[in-house]
Amino acid sequence: MAYTEEELKKELETKEYEYGFYTDIESDTLPIGLNEEVIIAISKKKDEPDWMTQWRLEAFKAWKEMEEPEWANVRYKKPDFQAISYYSAPNKKPKYDSLDEVDPELLDTFKKLGISIDEQKKLAGVAVDIVMDSVSVATTFKKTLAEKGIIFCSISEAIKEHPELVKKYIGTVVPKKDNFYAALNSAVFSDGSFCYIPKGVRCPMELSTYFRINQAGTGQFERTLVIADEGSYVSYLEGCTAPSRDENQLHAAVVELIALDNAEIKYSTVQNWFPGGKDGKGGVYNFVTKRGLCEKNAKISWTQVETGSAVTWKYPSCILKGDNSIGEFYSIAVTNNYQQADTGTKMIHLGKNTKSTIISKGISAGKSQNSYRGLVQINSRADNARNFSQCDSLLMGNECGAHTFPYIEAKNKTAQIEHEATTSKIGEDQIFYCNQRGIDTEKAIALIVNGFSKEVLNKLPMEFAVEAQKLLEISLEGSVG
Amino acid sequence: MDLKDKLISSFMAFENNVDVDHPVHDVRMEAIKNFEEKGFPTKKEEAWKYTSLNSLQKVDFSIFPKEENALEYKDVKKYFLHEIDTYKIVFIDGIYSSYLSETTHDGVDICLMSAALSKPMYQQVIDVYFNKVASKDESLTTLNTAFSREGAYIYIPKNKMPRKPIEILHFATGNEASLMLQPRNLVVVEENAEVQIIERHQSLTGNEVLTNSVTEIFAAENGIVDYYKIQNDAPTASLIDNTYINQKNKSVVRVHTFSFGGKLTRNNLNFYQNGEYIDSTMKGVTILGDKQLVDHHTLVHHIEPNCESHQDYKGIYGENSTGVFNGKIIVDKIAQKTNAFQQNNNILVSDKATINTKPQLEIFADDVKCSHGCTIGQLDEEALFYLQTRGIPKKEARALLMYAFANNVLATVRIPELKTRINKLIANKLGVNLGFDL
Repeated sequence: MAYTEEELKKELETKEYEYGFYTDIESDTLPIGLNEEVIIAISKKKDEPDWMTQWRLEAFKAWKEMEEPEWANVRYKKPDFQAISYYSAPNKKPKYDSLDEVDPELLDTFKKLGISIDEQKKLAGVAVDIVMDSVSVATTFKKTLAEKGIIFCSISEAIKEHPELVKKYIGTVVPKKDNFYAALNSAVFSDGSFCYIPKGVRCPMELSTYFRINQAGTGQFERTLVIADEGSYVSYLEGCTAPSRDENQLHAAVVELIALDNAEIKYSTVQNWFPGGKDGKGGVYNFVTKRGLCEKNAKISWTQVETGSAVTWKYPSCILKGDNSIGEFYSIAVTNNYQQADTGTKMIHLGKNTKSTIISKGISAGKSQNSYRGLVQINSRADNARNFSQCDSLLMGNECGAHTFPYIEAKNKTAQIEHEATTSKIGEDQIFYCNQRGIDTEKAIALIVNGFSKEVLNKLPMEFAVEAQKLLEISLEGSVG
Repeated sequence: MDLKDKLISSFMAFENNVDVDHPVHDVRMEAIKNFEEKGFPTKKEEAWKYTSLNSLQKVDFSIFPKEENALEYKDVKKYFLHEIDTYKIVFIDGIYSSYLSETTHDGVDICLMSAALSKPMYQQVIDVYFNKVASKDESLTTLNTAFSREGAYIYIPKNKMPRKPIEILHFATGNEASLMLQPRNLVVVEENAEVQIIERHQSLTGNEVLTNSVTEIFAAENGIVDYYKIQNDAPTASLIDNTYINQKNKSVVRVHTFSFGGKLTRNNLNFYQNGEYIDSTMKGVTILGDKQLVDHHTLVHHIEPNCESHQDYKGIYGENSTGVFNGKIIVDKIAQKTNAFQQNNNILVSDKATINTKPQLEIFADDVKCSHGCTIGQLDEEALFYLQTRGIPKKEARALLMYAFANNVLATVRIPELKTRINKLIANKLGVNLGFDL
């Protein structure tokens, strides 16, 4: 791949969580706790129209009635929702004309993260909408996109500028009462990204956002809404890093994708929130609701590389509503030390001739627990539905666990469903073979893990594939021996 | 009064008829307490997500049959495996029928649970094995434990093997408008011993029957158990079958379940591998028609290293039927070198049929080979066409393909006469006469 062995070696040496720094930017933070006033205050701070405030309040009302779910195969201390500050925005927030005006400390943060904004402009061709503690502070390439009629901005901006689109689609795929965390997000979401691709437009570049949790004790409640109008195409990247914190941080995002007739959305995630220390202390709680809706002949493809977070609870799903629509899910979930992941997908086949593919690779090391939980549901009217699922788990060491909970529900006789799962470890003969050819054990393992994950890594856009491969190695470093 | 209240109040009446000073009675008291606390499982529980017991709870079941009933052998002969000689333990409406049975104490004990629970000579075995592997927590199992009094008791001492297979038959005569039965079986196979058992529940009328059965099986070192369950009951009969198996070193236990009949059938099959080099096999063929539901829940708990488990369940679902398969494999941390295999293949032949399947692996050891595969599909149109071009009518061609589909499971049936019988049952269920022996 695009990096040399020396670079990899250097990466491996700095195996501690490398993004564990904390940027000292004055933040405008709301007092801790959650009640109706806080929600009204968030809404007001963001200059939101009345319908949005009401929408948030309705969600909050529903949330109060709900109970935190316990069915997932994860154990953790439940967050105290009254001990979190629900809004934190970097408070020097001018509208920048050029990069020079940006807070230098913030620029420094980006540098450490490896997102050099100006460089990306030229080299990667990626427009980055950087979300740092909830408020979008830098948006690039907006002009190029605007020429094509593509709207790519923060959701709060979209609420102000394009209320008709937001109003029409928000909450249609993930209703505000969908589940405990989605309701919480609907009530308090601070910011996020909004993307609209007009009819027949093929987005010329990969759209991407980077999320970071920065301010201590603040939860991050992102809301992403991607709408691909008829016949359009977009590839969207999302990457996450968060600084080290002892206290557990909550991340409850909602992502909604809408692919109208003949549209295609490719959504890729590299998630690398702080996984907690070696002793299982700290780490991010990642409770995310991601769901996409496919109309006729539409396609949604989820690709995710999950290496971070102390607790992950995430099921990117596809509702295949239109005939001939396609849903895909490619996932690599790596857990090490005391990490716990319960992740998978739901493929709901409603339309005729719908197809779905699920490829899930779980790698557990250390004392971690890794679960795949998925649902394939074929509705009685979904004639000729086709599903292929494959869940493979790789175990490293005998203190970790790998679990699979695939639910398959078929109500149509023309359905064709295949499901396969395997669990294994890295074979001694494989390592021996590598050793024989002068590859040391550590590298051999990296090699084998990469091969194991290849089917999924191949689905990532180039920029991400390199990063993801490095992440895999760093996450598993020190887990074998 | 709902069924739960009725059962709890019946327990007091039940106590008047059993020896309350017997140590087993404390076990019953514990069990009824657990059932009282938990009640019948609801769809909210993960294990009962797809199967509802609500409608059964509305039926006014009589818990104890009022009178003894007799049956003529010629009337029920067809339910026996009469082609070969077998030991028989026969119950009519839950009461032992000595007339239809053939038991033995010649070297092995093939007799009754009621005798084992009351006679001092069996006390030692009861102390060691009774209610030891059955769940003390699962509500329906504890309900059975609370009312445990009658059933089959099979004890095969070291190095023995009974001369012939054992049949356990439960008939319901329909003398009661609706009857609830709770048989309790205990099978103990000592070192190097072997046994073959065929179990069948049969209702003879259209009256409602609910059977909540618990079977405990213990296989000591090198013990071999072959257990065949034939579930081809009347459309008004429901069965909840709880089987718990405890295996020691190098033992082999195979359970085959053939589910063709009944209204609601729930099989909870639990294997616990308490030793090394154990082989556990569970296979099933399910063919369902109108409004039937069969729910297979299997559990294999690999506790020690170097063991194997094989699961193979085939299902064919027609009309309004519902099939559920939930196969759980747990591999403990120390159970290295485990080889666990699970397969579940299903064919839906009707638009109204539903299949819910959930294979589940929970693995804590790294040096293991575990896999599960699950498919839902249809008969191969091309194969069907091929057979038709050779002059085989469509219906027969379909049946032939379904046979082939289920054949893997039948291949391991070790009693040839039983295999023939099951083939006939399958042909019957598919509504064809193939005119040759498969």
